[in-house]
Amino acid sequence: MTTVEPVLEAKGIVKELGKGAGMVVAVKGVDLSLTPGELTLLMGPSGSGKTTLLSILGCIMTPTKGSLRVADSSTEGMSAEQLAELRRAHIGFIFQSYNLFPTLTALENVRIALDVRGQKGYKAAARCEEVLREVGLGARLMNYPGNLSGGEQQRVAVARAIVSSPSIVLADEPTAALDSENGHAVMELLARIAHEQNRSVLAVTHDPRTLGYADRVIKIEDGLIVGEERRPKGLDAPEITDLTKRRKAHA
Amino acid sequence: MILTLAIRNLFHDRVRLTVTLIGILFSIVLVAVQLGLYLGASRMITANINQANATLWITAFGAKSFEDGGALLGTGERHQALATPGVASVTPIVVKFAEWRKPAGGSTRVVVVGSDAEDGALQPWNLVSGTWEDIKAPDSIAVDQTYLSELGVNGIGDTAQIDYGRVKINALTDGIRSFTQSPYVYMPLSRARQLLNLPSYTATYHLVKLEPDADVETVRQQLLSRLESAEVLTTEEFHDRSLKQWLFRTGAGVALIGGALLGILVGTVIVAQTLYSSTKDHINEFATLRALGSSSGYIHKVILAQAGLSAILGYVLGMLLAGVIVVASQATPLPILMTPQLALGLFTVTVFMCAISAVSAIVKVTKIDPATVFSR
Repeated sequence: MTTVEPVLEAKGIVKELGKGAGMVVAVKGVDLSLTPGELTLLMGPSGSGKTTLLSILGCIMTPTKGSLRVADSSTEGMSAEQLAELRRAHIGFIFQSYNLFPTLTALENVRIALDVRGQKGYKAAARCEEVLREVGLGARLMNYPGNLSGGEQQRVAVARAIVSSPSIVLADEPTAALDSENGHAVMELLARIAHEQNRSVLAVTHDPRTLGYADRVIKIEDGLIVGEERRPKGLDAPEITDLTKRRKAHA
Repeated sequence: MILTLAIRNLFHDRVRLTVTLIGILFSIVLVAVQLGLYLGASRMITANINQANATLWITAFGAKSFEDGGALLGTGERHQALATPGVASVTPIVVKFAEWRKPAGGSTRVVVVGSDAEDGALQPWNLVSGTWEDIKAPDSIAVDQTYLSELGVNGIGDTAQIDYGRVKINALTDGIRSFTQSPYVYMPLSRARQLLNLPSYTATYHLVKLEPDADVETVRQQLLSRLESAEVLTTEEFHDRSLKQWLFRTGAGVALIGGALLGILVGTVIVAQTLYSSTKDHINEFATLRALGSSSGYIHKVILAQAGLSAILGYVLGMLLAGVIVVASQATPLPILMTPQLALGLFTVTVFMCAISAVSAIVKVTKIDPATVFSR
C-alpha cells in the first residue's frame, strides 16, 4: 500500500487576534494535513475559527505559533511577497461573495488569475476559455458578473481558482450565497476537481447540504478540531448520485 | 490585463474621470500659459541681441539689458577695440528710451534703436512693408505693426515726433514685440543720435565681430585689458543678463514660474485625490488580487497605468485648449510661445505629476490585508 504525501501540512497552529485585553485566540493548536484527490470539508459554527484557519492554510495570514508546510516549503519567516509567490504557485481561492471584478468579463476575470502569474497571450486566453467551458460557462464568456446569476458567478470563481492548476483549492463558504440547486452544482464541481484532477480541495462551510460530497469532514469548535470523519464514497454516494440525476433531468 | 483593468477602473466612474481630466486640463493649460508667457517674454527680451550680428558686446559698466545700456560709450573704446588682434569689425549702435509724441496728441515711451545695417550690426527683421533702403530716407523709421494704435498712427506714411524731431513711418515689421511695452523704433545711427541729441561719436554698444580664426575668450581678455571703463560680454552673457534684469529683478519671471508651479501643484492634488478615492473604491478588488497571489508590484502597475492614462488623456485635452489660447495670443502685445520642447516638457511634467499623484494610492494598497477578502 502506498502512502500519499500531504500537499499541505499544518502543525500546532495557534492564531491570536487583537492585542492586550481585547486579544482573542481564534485558533488554539490545530494539526491538519491535506492530501491530493480529496475534498475536505471544514465545518463548524460561526466564530469557531474556521475562516481564520483557512486564511492561515492559504498563506494569507501568518500563525502566531505553529508550522505550516505547503508543497514541501515551510512558510516560517516568509515575507508577504514570498507568501504571495507561494499562493501563486500552489493555491487557488474561492470566496463566499465570489470576489469577481465587476468591470471585467467572465473570461477576463479568469484571465487575471493567469496574468498575475505572468501567463499572458493567446495560450492563456485559450486555457481560460477551456476552464470556463469545463465549469459550464462556455456560452457566457463575455458576460460581466452583473449579468450572471449567483451560481454562474461562483462557477467563474471556481474557474479562476483552478485555471492555474494549483495543487490546493481553498473555498470559503462556497455555497452560502447560493440556492440549493446552484449550491449542489458548485459542490459537485469541487468534488470533480478533487477527484478527476487530483487536487486537494478544502471547503469551509456550515452548510449541511455539502456533506454528501465530502471525502473527509473536519469539525472545528472554539478554535480546536473536535472531530474528523472519513467518507470514502464522495461523489459516488447514493444520495449524491440521485441528486445529480435529478438536477441533470431538470436541466 | 493590467491595462485592461486600469482602463475599466478609470472609466467605471465617469463623473470621477471627468473631474480628474478637468483637473489635469486646468493644470496643463495653466502651466502651458505661464511657461509660454515666460518663453514669449524671454524671446521678446532677447530678440534684438539674438538678431544682432556680433560675437562680443562692448557695453558701459553696469549695462542691465538691451534697452537699459547705461552710460554712453565714446570713440575711444571703438578705436581701442579695432586695434585689438582678432577683431574684424566694431560697429556702434544706439539704444535709448525716448518720448514718442502722437500726431493727435499724447505721448508714449519708445525704444530708439539706431544702427547702420550696412555695417552688418543690427537691422529690423520681419519687414512686412518697406525695406532698409526706405528706412534710410530722411526722417524714416520702422516700427512693428502690432504697436500702430499704441503709437497713434495708422501705417506707412504717417508721421509723429520722437522727442523734438519729426519721424515718418516708412517700413513695418511683424512680431518684434517689446517686453517693456515701449515699442522699438528702428532708424539709421546718425538719425538716432540726432533725435536723441547725442554727440556723433557716442554709442550705447559696440558690436564686435571677430576674425574667423580668432579665439573668443582670448580676444575678450585682450579687450578687457584695453577697455578700462567698459565691459565686454559675449552674446550669450548679454542675453542672460537681459533676461535676469527683466524676468528676475522685476519679479515678472518669478511670478510666471510661480504660477506654473502652482498649476503643477493643483493638478497633482486633484489627480492624487481622484486616484486615492478610486483605489479606495476598488480596494476589495486589489485585496482579491493580492489573495490570488499577485505581487504588490502588479497592483502598483495597475495604479500607475491608471495614472498614466489620466496623464495622456488630460495632456491631449489640455494641449488642445492651450493651443487655442496660444493662437489667440499671437495678435496681442504679449504672445504666448509654444515650442516642441515646451510641449514635450509639459508631457513629462504631466506624467511626473500623475506618477507622484499615484503615491498616496500606492501607499493605500500597500497596507491591504488580503485576509479582508474573507470578511466580505
